[in-house]
Amino acid sequence: MVMSKELAESRSAVKTNSLTVIQAINNGLNVMLGKDKHTLILGEDVGKNGGVFRATDGLQEKFGENRVVDTPLSEAGFVGAAVGMAFNGLRPIVEIQFLGFIYPAFEQIATHVTRTRTRTLGHYNLQMVIRAPYGSGVRSPEIHSDSVEAFFAHMPGIKVVCPSNAYDAKGLLIAAIEDPDPVLFLEPMRLYRGKREDVPEAKYSVELGKGKLVEQGDDVTVLAWGAMMPVALTATEQMRQHGITCDVIDLRTLYPLDKDIISESVQKTGRVVIVHEGHETGGVGSEIISIINNTSFLYLRAPMERVTGFDVPVPLFALENDYLPTPERVSQAIRKVVNF
Amino acid sequence: MKVRYPLFQIIDKDGNLTNQKYEDKLTGDKAKLLYYHMTRIRTYDQKGVALQRQGRIGTYVPFAGQEASQVGSALALADDDWMFPTYRDHGASLTFGADLDRMLLHWNGRMEGCLPSRKKNILPASIPIATHLPHAAGAAMAETYKGTNNAAIAYFGDGATSEGDFHEGLNIASVFKAPVVFFNQNNGFAISLPVERQMNSETIVQKSEAYGIQGVRVDGMDVFAVHIAVQEALERARNGEGPTLIEAVTIRFGAHTTADDPSKYRDQEKINRMRDEVDPILRLERFMTMNGMWDEEWVKQINAVIKDEINTAIEAMESYKKPDVAIMFDHVFEKPTWTIEQQRQNLLRVGGRK
Ligand SMILES: Cc1ncc(C[n+]2csc(CCOP(=O)(O)OP(=O)(O)O)c2C)c(N)n1
Repeated sequence: MVMSKELAESRSAVKTNSLTVIQAINNGLNVMLGKDKHTLILGEDVGKNGGVFRATDGLQEKFGENRVVDTPLSEAGFVGAAVGMAFNGLRPIVEIQFLGFIYPAFEQIATHVTRTRTRTLGHYNLQMVIRAPYGSGVRSPEIHSDSVEAFFAHMPGIKVVCPSNAYDAKGLLIAAIEDPDPVLFLEPMRLYRGKREDVPEAKYSVELGKGKLVEQGDDVTVLAWGAMMPVALTATEQMRQHGITCDVIDLRTLYPLDKDIISESVQKTGRVVIVHEGHETGGVGSEIISIINNTSFLYLRAPMERVTGFDVPVPLFALENDYLPTPERVSQAIRKVVNF
Repeated sequence: MKVRYPLFQIIDKDGNLTNQKYEDKLTGDKAKLLYYHMTRIRTYDQKGVALQRQGRIGTYVPFAGQEASQVGSALALADDDWMFPTYRDHGASLTFGADLDRMLLHWNGRMEGCLPSRKKNILPASIPIATHLPHAAGAAMAETYKGTNNAAIAYFGDGATSEGDFHEGLNIASVFKAPVVFFNQNNGFAISLPVERQMNSETIVQKSEAYGIQGVRVDGMDVFAVHIAVQEALERARNGEGPTLIEAVTIRFGAHTTADDPSKYRDQEKINRMRDEVDPILRLERFMTMNGMWDEEWVKQINAVIKDEINTAIEAMESYKKPDVAIMFDHVFEKPTWTIEQQRQNLLRVGGRK
């Protein structure tokens, strides 16, 4: 990965801490509330309770009840209020408790969050972030496990971001907060308390709209993001032992997609496997296929494969690991494109 | 507003009769029936928490403290009425006639656990807050349309009153005079948010005025008061007088769910200390003792029956056949679409996870 000068410096000179994804998010919020008095956090149970996952732990104590606001149980209410705040110069960071509970606010997002800049010809921009834990695999109750990034990637006017590790989580979150346009920031619940990483203590950002090549290979391009990254990497590690090597790309931003990193890799390997946990039909994978069709069609050596969640409501947790893509399914797809 | 909507109570926390008007309704048989059901769901609730701790089920939602609200309301329903519960109202569902084995399967993450009751119109618990209130209105409207005498009840918490669906559900039901009871359990908290910060209204019941419907504020720890308030609301509904909003004032004794730590946001020790004083089951026991209805032998007997019933259901849950992956594909449509069929076949070929 090419690091910006600032980033490289922050990595070598500045103090780092070993953090989990959830701690890195907490840290990113902490840094931004400290830097910019126009930012504030809104959501259910974010204040005294520090969030149901503790993403905002300690922040109300530090910044006060005006900056970290426990709202009524009203997603349309507080997302709508955030729109009004953003009209009026604030930079709200909204927490939706689980992505599956964003639906009451769908109206606000589809008709206002995403359209305000356009319908005021740029007079008003909404500098706001909507954070939401998403995904299956942690034995949550019904509706808590949805992975519906595609709804939002489809909506013109909002960027969609999804980190897969602690370093990116903090850097992308800060970039999202500083972005002049609305950003939906999806947090993989399944990775919240997984692997720790060295995360710089200071402010840094990871550019939106840029994927990252996390593993290099020659035979297949494997594209994933969020909670599917470890699944993809387990599969490619298994394949390596069979002599098949893969480029593994963490897309990190789902709208706008990093078409250059995708096409560069595909033009090298000629084979593609896309892994996502959202439903297959109309998933972000379809859009990636379309990009490859436009940029790299003549380089393809096999039909592209998708390994995704199924076209069914996410099942209760006894079957969640059957719903979710597994390393076995990913390996199969890799074999299929190689053996075509 | 508290003056306008005084708390409807029949027995106080010491078990004394405070409302003579209903004295003749407080028979020994009625008291025993209510006591039996409250004891049954409390035993089940304690078991639920224990099963979660032992890793035998997933996240569990305890309702201790709310037994009088759930049992008093559920036992007021007629056989063909409709019940629309939330995730916390499994006590009410079980009392009305939900199946214990299926309820446990639900907590065990099994899709079979969402199968409705074998006997009654009980919907699977609604998890997205307040979304089921318009359903209750609609089911009630359908009963009117069909010319029956049946009604519907929707359960929801104090937090739910902040959602748009609460207001839309009440409004549509009020316009069409739907035979529905909106049964609110105001347990003081929506996860960590105390009700005083949920809303600026002094009571929940006063919201009934905005929709021009009846409102009743009831002591949710008094099973007789809840029972009679819901009976009266259902009677009005069946008589074509439209919906009622009932606010049952109650207490959630424990955590929001087994994944929650209430000491983060409230003085849980204080609640633990006052439990016995305000406990709805002990209140009924005090009343029964004072009125010569308490029968030690009978209590022993029902406790044994309850324990047996619950243990049998746990065994059934744990020996239930292994989950079949096909079940997630088979019920999306009456006839699976080609994408679902293809995905199903692919998964079965790979064999799913190991
Ligand atoms: C639309 C929606 N938003 C958020 C949640 C997450 N959540 C689950 S329970 C709960 C609090 C509900 O409080 P209340 O309505 O008072 O009912 P109680 O849990 O106290 O019975 C929240 C915020 C949800 N289930 N649905």
